[in-house]
Amino acid sequence: MIAQLGLYLSYPFVRYALIVGVLIALCSSLLGVTLVLKRFSFIGDGLSHVAFGAMAIASVLRLSNQMALVLPLTVLSAVLLLRTGQNTKIKGDAAIAMISVGALAFGYLIMNVFSTSSNLSGDVCSTLFGSTSILTLRPLDVWVCGILSVVVIAVFVFFYNRIFAVTFDESFAVSAGTAADRYNLLIAVVIAVIIVLAMNLVGSLLISALVIFPAISAMRVYKSFRSVTICSAVLSVLCALLGILISILAGTPVGSTIVAVDVAGFFLCCLAGRIRGGA
Amino acid sequence: MALLMVRDLSLGYDSRAIVTNLNFTVEEGDYLCIVGENGSGKTTLMKTLLHLTSPLSGRIVKGDSLSGGQIGYLPQQTQVQRDFPASVMEIVLSGCQGRLGRRPFYSREDKELARQNLKRMGIADLEKRSYRELSGGQQQRVLLARALCAAGRVLLLDEPVTGLDPGAARSMYELIADLNKEGITIIMISHDVEAVLDYATHILHIGEDNFFGTKEEYMERGAGKKPAKEGGDLA
Repeated sequence: MIAQLGLYLSYPFVRYALIVGVLIALCSSLLGVTLVLKRFSFIGDGLSHVAFGAMAIASVLRLSNQMALVLPLTVLSAVLLLRTGQNTKIKGDAAIAMISVGALAFGYLIMNVFSTSSNLSGDVCSTLFGSTSILTLRPLDVWVCGILSVVVIAVFVFFYNRIFAVTFDESFAVSAGTAADRYNLLIAVVIAVIIVLAMNLVGSLLISALVIFPAISAMRVYKSFRSVTICSAVLSVLCALLGILISILAGTPVGSTIVAVDVAGFFLCCLAGRIRGGA
Repeated sequence: MALLMVRDLSLGYDSRAIVTNLNFTVEEGDYLCIVGENGSGKTTLMKTLLHLTSPLSGRIVKGDSLSGGQIGYLPQQTQVQRDFPASVMEIVLSGCQGRLGRRPFYSREDKELARQNLKRMGIADLEKRSYRELSGGQQQRVLLARALCAAGRVLLLDEPVTGLDPGAARSMYELIADLNKEGITIIMISHDVEAVLDYATHILHIGEDNFFGTKEEYMERGAGKKPAKEGGDLA
């Protein structure tokens, strides 16, 4: 098995997949804690559907770099969703449900009507579940992904204390002179970037799992914000690595294998939390 | 000059007023207690004083010593916070966020200030503990220490004893009274009128008829009012 793994690792596309997978897993886990605690998880889910719709448009337009369209559209939706969530009397989650289901429907419609591809259901399936795209990465994709990941991580580290403050207690943060609105916006934009990145890895339906599972698992075991954040980052990277390796060796779809490993990690953490709590 | 002067203030949501013609003054070292029925606008008043919401009309004049974010706020706890994974130190340190300016991280002085305030609240030994494992009284002390990090001179407390058992509530009141004796101005919302009369120097009653005055005036008015259940707007 080791020899087989060594053989696979000599292929550049496998190495790209591993690099991109680790970076995406790291980024997506960082804001997971904030997302879960701020009850923003649904925004992530809604945005991933928007990203699917944008991806459909991009592939119909035959854009060579789909990211150029998907990223701005998703960021824009993140900003809009955050606005509707805050200001209107209509519950924010209704607006999010509308946007996300609408984007999903339109995405499939556009793909179905305009697509010239001979394998339509294969295209849709890989956009939703990311079955093959991670193994077809070009060096350019790896660079774009790497740069965006570095930006996301830098933003997170730089604003770490303020993100904590806004997550824990928004009213207090405002009273202490922190512009909470601005940081909420920042969080939404970063989430949008992460979702677009993660779409390459696990497809748009499974992104939320990548964002939420490591955070919830880490919260079972650790008790301070910093240790939860670090643990969720480590956990996410390990699960992604393991998932990608399993999928290469066993020939399973990458995205769902990673998420399955994340789910297993969650149950292990639950168990670990029990044991720690009981002792 | 007074620390805080409120003139003809009207508060409400969506231009529907729930409190009108509010007038009161807070001097340095006062212990003002804001009382009133549920829904009478106490929390809205506090949010207005903190600039979290804007008033419908009227003026709030702040003294020189109150410019900027010099008010320490103790909000009511939310459900999210009760099981938030954070250490006590992380939360108290977040009281220093106003002092960060453009710096991304807290300095050694910030951490020292946080430790001092933990000591002041008598919970220095809890520094590394997890917030969600603490008792209700301990959690309130942590949030009070955080408020003290934000501002050393004025504290705004929103129902600080909600959900505490009588013993913990009593010691919370004692703690606040001690801070007041050290010269910190206290503005507190409470519906527990009996208890606050032991400590407050001034009372602001908002509701049908607004009242502002010293504790003695309030008690006199209360005694004279009971049979008639009427009274003019003394503000």
